[in-house]
Amino acid sequence: MKLMWFHLMPYTELPDDFNQKHPSVWVDIHSSLFDPKRAHHMYNDFMDELEFAAECGYDAVCVNEHHSNGYGLMPSPNLIASSLARRTTDTALCVMGNSLALYNPPTRVAEEFAMIDCISGGRLIAGFPVGSPMDTCYAYGQNPSMLRERYYEAHDLVKKAWTEKETFAFNGRFNQQRYVNIWPRPIQNDPHPPIWIPGGGSIETWRWCAEMDYVYCYLSYYGYKAGLTTMQGFWKEMEKLGKDRNPYRAGFLQFVGVAESREQALELYTEPAEYFYGRCLHVDARFATPPGYTTEATQRAGIQSMVARAANTASYQSKLSMKATNMKDIVDGGYVIIGSPDEVVEQIRHVATSLNVGHLMLLLQYGNMSKATTQYNTRLFAEKVMPKVKDLFSDWEDKWWPKPMKRAERASIPAFQPRIAAE
Amino acid sequence: MSEPQTLTVDVNGFPCRVWRKGSGPVLGWLAGFGGLPRWTPFLDRLAEKRSVIVPSLPGFPGATGHTLLDNHLDWIVAVRGLLAKAGLDGADLGGASVGGSFAAEMAAIFPASVKRLVLLAPFGLFDEKDPPTDPWAQRNDNVAGLMCADPEKWKSLVAPPEGANSIEWPIEMTRAAEAAARAFWPLGNTQLAKRLPLIEAPTLIVWGDQDRIQPPSYAKTFASGIKGKTIIKTIPKAGHLADLDQPDAVAEAILDWLG
Repeated sequence: MKLMWFHLMPYTELPDDFNQKHPSVWVDIHSSLFDPKRAHHMYNDFMDELEFAAECGYDAVCVNEHHSNGYGLMPSPNLIASSLARRTTDTALCVMGNSLALYNPPTRVAEEFAMIDCISGGRLIAGFPVGSPMDTCYAYGQNPSMLRERYYEAHDLVKKAWTEKETFAFNGRFNQQRYVNIWPRPIQNDPHPPIWIPGGGSIETWRWCAEMDYVYCYLSYYGYKAGLTTMQGFWKEMEKLGKDRNPYRAGFLQFVGVAESREQALELYTEPAEYFYGRCLHVDARFATPPGYTTEATQRAGIQSMVARAANTASYQSKLSMKATNMKDIVDGGYVIIGSPDEVVEQIRHVATSLNVGHLMLLLQYGNMSKATTQYNTRLFAEKVMPKVKDLFSDWEDKWWPKPMKRAERASIPAFQPRIAAE
Repeated sequence: MSEPQTLTVDVNGFPCRVWRKGSGPVLGWLAGFGGLPRWTPFLDRLAEKRSVIVPSLPGFPGATGHTLLDNHLDWIVAVRGLLAKAGLDGADLGGASVGGSFAAEMAAIFPASVKRLVLLAPFGLFDEKDPPTDPWAQRNDNVAGLMCADPEKWKSLVAPPEGANSIEWPIEMTRAAEAAARAFWPLGNTQLAKRLPLIEAPTLIVWGDQDRIQPPSYAKTFASGIKGKTIIKTIPKAGHLADLDQPDAVAEAILDWLG
């Protein structure tokens, strides 16, 4: 299986009374809470951590896009990915991803992803999320009634921009461009970089991923127990559509804290986990459900069926209502897997097999976790857990993984000493 | 209160409900935020003296087709077609909130289509010094108190009637908010201010004194922008949907003015 190292880049110094004094970590979080000079250190720590993870042998490093968000400091994940393209060698770069409808014109995404693919020698995984209501409709002012139509159209445009050899005119409902001809072009051109779709639990998204042969990723903060019904729904739908159970069709996000013992893990990870589930997910409910964001089919299914009720754990409204914020509930709920290496091995194997997920995206930094603790968590997982779970799904081929240039053909990066840089 | 006659007309291949009740000169009415999931006492009062014709705009209760409308011009053309098919060409026309904004557009862009104009707290403007409230970023329990001075009035407007489909009813209510968003997201500003000078029809501007969505100060902006003769009437103890809060007072103001 693939073990991927994901960073959200949370602002690590939200005050203790944040939840009492501020209505939301997202959209209208107050600027006075942001200290750019502290953020300088945070960004550099986070990038050290990503580079360290690559050094430790994770299959990929992952970054994502958020706006006006106190737990996600990457309005442009592409900036981070381009830096990682230079400071990593063989690790896949998973940009999870660019919210297509936010780019005008969307060919910007085709261009920037092609740049990252070229700089990295073909290591890009191209994630295309619709984007959360907070990011898209509120922070970026997109019309919720048109967001999905714009998203699908932008997807068509980006894909055509990557694959069409001749300059073409794009005559869309929302995007019109007379001369589409992107330079640069992606290295992965057979036919294009792997496309992964982070989504909630909507059946429409599952069907679309199956039809397009894309990887579906369920990026929940609530762990494998809450994610089980969603992933079961996904696989049931794949079966209905005649698709195989190749676990690499799917990705799943899981928080983990590993230490020498369970007690030590609790000691190390309680504060950052409670910081994350307490402060970072303190989102004002008024930003959760812009009308039109959820399709009528999904609303209907949500009211009607058990499958979608489970899928609904993916809806932002339900997410907000979960709200376990103390470590016991966080661990009992499976939001964060903690324990000794062997205990974590057992749980990871259980998560991967019960959800049938070949791409496990690990959050080993969360909340206000320090760089030292993050690197400890990252290294221990890589040394003691990874070797005992890598064998999973070895019978299946991962058809959705980047196909980079051969190492010998790639540029050598001068004056780069990753271990010194990272430690 | 008896039920109106219901017709259905086609706009862009989608059905739009048209209610009709009363006799006398025709008065068209375009509903406000949330549309009209049911006939209301306000409309009934108007129908005592006028032939009231109430078309549902695309996406509002009783009508679909908002998903085809991608920009303001699409909306304008759809509303114009709907009014013509509803038999409102050249009639007196009024509207509340989002509907009021479209009524103003009709009078501005198709002057012959509107005889006299009634605007009840219309959308369409945005003043940075006194911005409208964002109706789409609200907790559920907060909406009723923003729409009406008496929250119960809004709650009874949107409450499912006996025998309503328990799945489709809430979807229809969400669809109405979506349709308004489709036309007016994110600020409610459709640059209507630019077109107010095109309105030559005599215009009655009505505002609830407790409007928590569209600032009552906008009444003066409408009055000074519109070229035709304008009168402002403030309704006491009324919120944004003043026709729900004070059906008698709003109907009376309109009927008195129309004469």
